[in-house]
Amino acid sequence: MKKTKPDSHTNRNILLITYLMVGLFISMIGYFGYFLQVRGETVINNSYNARLDRFSDRIIRGELLSHDGRILARTEADEDGSERRVYPYGPLFAHSVGYSDHGKTGLEALANFYLLSSHMNLIEQTVNEFSGVKNIGDNVITTLDVDLQQTASDALGGRRGAVIVMEPDTGKILAMISRPEYDPNTLGADWDFLISGENTEAQLLNRSTQGLYPPGSTFKILTILEYIREHPDTWREYTFDCDGIYECGDYTISCYHGNVHGHQTLEQAFANSCNGAFAALGQELDAGAMHDLAEQLLFNQELPLSLAYSKGSFTMNTGADTWEILQTSIGQGNTQITPMHNAMITAAIANGGILMKPYLLERVESSAGEEVKQFLPESAGSLMTADEAEALSGLMRLVVTEGTGSAVRTDAYSVAGKTGSAEFETGRETHAWFTGFAPAENPRLAVTVVVEEAGSGGQVAAPIARSIFDRYFSR
Amino acid sequence: MINVMIEVSKYLMILLIAVYTYLNFSYFRFHEERKQKSVCRKQNAAMFLLHFVANLILYLKSEDERVMLFYLAQMVFLAAYIGLYQMFYRNLTRILVNNMCMLLCVGWIVLTRLSFEKAVRQFIIVAVAALVTWIIPLIMDRVWQLSRIPWVYGTLGLALLAVVWMVGNNSYGAQLSISMGSFSLQPSEFVKISFVFFVATMFYRSTDWISVAVTTAVAAAHVLVLVLSRDLGSALIFFVTYLVMLFVATGSWLYFLTGILGGCGAAVLAYRWFAHVRVRVSAWKNPWADIDNRGYQITQSLFAIGTGGWFGMGLYQGMPYKIPVVEKDFVFAAISEELGGIFALCVLLICLGCFLQFMMVAVRMQASFYKLIAVGLGMEYLIQVFLTVGGVIKFIPSTGVTLPLVSYGGSSVLSTFILFGVIQGLYILKKNDEEDYEEDEA
Repeated sequence: MKKTKPDSHTNRNILLITYLMVGLFISMIGYFGYFLQVRGETVINNSYNARLDRFSDRIIRGELLSHDGRILARTEADEDGSERRVYPYGPLFAHSVGYSDHGKTGLEALANFYLLSSHMNLIEQTVNEFSGVKNIGDNVITTLDVDLQQTASDALGGRRGAVIVMEPDTGKILAMISRPEYDPNTLGADWDFLISGENTEAQLLNRSTQGLYPPGSTFKILTILEYIREHPDTWREYTFDCDGIYECGDYTISCYHGNVHGHQTLEQAFANSCNGAFAALGQELDAGAMHDLAEQLLFNQELPLSLAYSKGSFTMNTGADTWEILQTSIGQGNTQITPMHNAMITAAIANGGILMKPYLLERVESSAGEEVKQFLPESAGSLMTADEAEALSGLMRLVVTEGTGSAVRTDAYSVAGKTGSAEFETGRETHAWFTGFAPAENPRLAVTVVVEEAGSGGQVAAPIARSIFDRYFSR
Repeated sequence: MINVMIEVSKYLMILLIAVYTYLNFSYFRFHEERKQKSVCRKQNAAMFLLHFVANLILYLKSEDERVMLFYLAQMVFLAAYIGLYQMFYRNLTRILVNNMCMLLCVGWIVLTRLSFEKAVRQFIIVAVAALVTWIIPLIMDRVWQLSRIPWVYGTLGLALLAVVWMVGNNSYGAQLSISMGSFSLQPSEFVKISFVFFVATMFYRSTDWISVAVTTAVAAAHVLVLVLSRDLGSALIFFVTYLVMLFVATGSWLYFLTGILGGCGAAVLAYRWFAHVRVRVSAWKNPWADIDNRGYQITQSLFAIGTGGWFGMGLYQGMPYKIPVVEKDFVFAAISEELGGIFALCVLLICLGCFLQFMMVAVRMQASFYKLIAVGLGMEYLIQVFLTVGGVIKFIPSTGVTLPLVSYGGSSVLSTFILFGVIQGLYILKKNDEEDYEEDEA
């Protein structure tokens, strides 16, 4: 065989290729390590991961606790080893805590991995292993507040709807209610009825994150924000004369119960929720830019939320016809939003435009009370500029001091908010909305309420927010 | 009780494979034969111990006497292969033999846990492959005509691929194999070898532009037929291997960079033209969006790896069987789930160690023909490992190739044995040469 001279050129190239390949491999190994160390926990905590169920063969599911340590869910084991999940507050936390026996929802799904992991001390674990006794899973402390949850539930009474209470500067969800409810303690017995076709109440649906409603006048927050963006210096000069019914070609838009607002500045129109003014103003707006703004405020987008949710939808775009513009500008038409989505927009306004990711898990402790993991607030990005948030905050304050939000007007604390009365079917009562925060100058609490088919937001929804604010600020 | 043993065995096996892997790289530091031999002996000890621990658990958990017999058969095979191979070929590289055995061991452990029948079948194929490929180094030494017959390799390879494309069985949307009675053969595994020989013989003759053009055309034909058969993994392996061989043979950056650009262009076109390519890419970008269907396999794999974590669940404690085709393309996920992420990383590093050995052989060989063969086979081996592991951990889109020597599959094992046999042949050639030279000097 012919022998070429040892060719240093060729060998150098071979080495170069070798280094390249080793580099490629090292980056893959790096990714593998990153996945195991950082991503793994989030990825595996998924209802499609059957492996987690296997954990319960060897571990007793841990407890879910409120933020002050009250038990929301625990597992009772009989002497024969059979286990039962018990929810001491019954239906009160139905959707937020969820259930774990017919699939997993709510916190039971969110915290599944932690509840089924045990950080007991190793000696105890080994002893248990030898004697065939199950280890005790970790406890998960949530952000939920029993008092506020109870207050919100009482205020909502027997009506259908949803309430969300959160801290705008952290994203902690303090209360989350959806009604009608089910009793997680008797879910097994009630299951067949709950999922049967005759049952039209949809008790299992978490309305606060999955219920889609027309936003009604709460959407005027977006309409006015777009107007401010298009007229940053002159928006306060806008005026409108309201005679109760606004006519535009063949179309008419009337104010709630035909109220006549008379001469209105933009601030007054917002405070009084004058439909005519906003329908007129909507036609001046750039529909494409309005679409962009809606998407920036998370319509048609994934929400930064670990719970199951529905996406809000906004369809108006460049080339929309007059009727669609009129309807969309006042929060009717095709636009749909979940209470959680509305709460996020409100919280972002309260927090200078920055949305904190709403969360429910505060920390994980071993059964002996040692901290295993702590969850910290996370920013989900900016929905608007600080100036825009401040302007909206001022406008929402006026809603309470001068306009439709009189139910939350008090000297004890200052609320900023927006009411809404959303039509969803001709001839039926409107859905009542209220979304707002307090104190207006230094927000600590954001509350979003929707009551189905209940009337006006100012008269029905705002008083529910009032009782929550009262309770929160009185302690 | 058994749970505690599984728990302890888990850490023990991680420790053993970590020691083995460390020795594998420390080998490169030693040049004295005595020290190298001592490293190899320690490796053997670690391997046999690991093999024993794993099989003990497999036996205790399955309570099947056949597992014990199977273990003994494996042990006898490994000892015989390691012992006899080096008795027959005095100058072979022991570390490569060790690595083969270690990877086989890992494969058998995982397969036994998944399906005893498949493991036994695999074992028999390995034993046959070991016997058949025994003579490869001998042939390499004697038959110098191997470097003279490019068109035999070229036409044979292309013809085989074309047959698969036309009459191949369809599995998971790709034509990969042809059936012969109860056997099914995956010819692309063997064409990989003939392809490297073809390119090496062509460039050995000449690297002028005509030769390059002709070789490139034939190589492109290989890749094209594979793409048409939807065997994207193999197509990629052939493409990258050719590019690197071209670069090493000609030393031309122009060819190399043009090739890379061309490859990127081809990838974009393939994405536009072929729906099955788009499916793979979308299942990679967001498998969670279609978790019931297209994203099912990869998400199950990620669940397995994630749930196993760094230390694994322990044998029989996970659910590797939830992953479709786990014993073939997704075997790495099964290893990671039950034996642990660290163990899986060690397997990866052992594969990388084999590649480094290949490249060392390439650097040391003097004839460009042999250099090219070592580079080509080394590239094929490493790219395949990269594609399968990268696909399993969602580093890259899944392409559906096996992890050589570990995955279940006869064609893959046989072709990998041939591949390692050829490299051994080169190593032995070189060693014998050096010895002759030394004798002449003396």
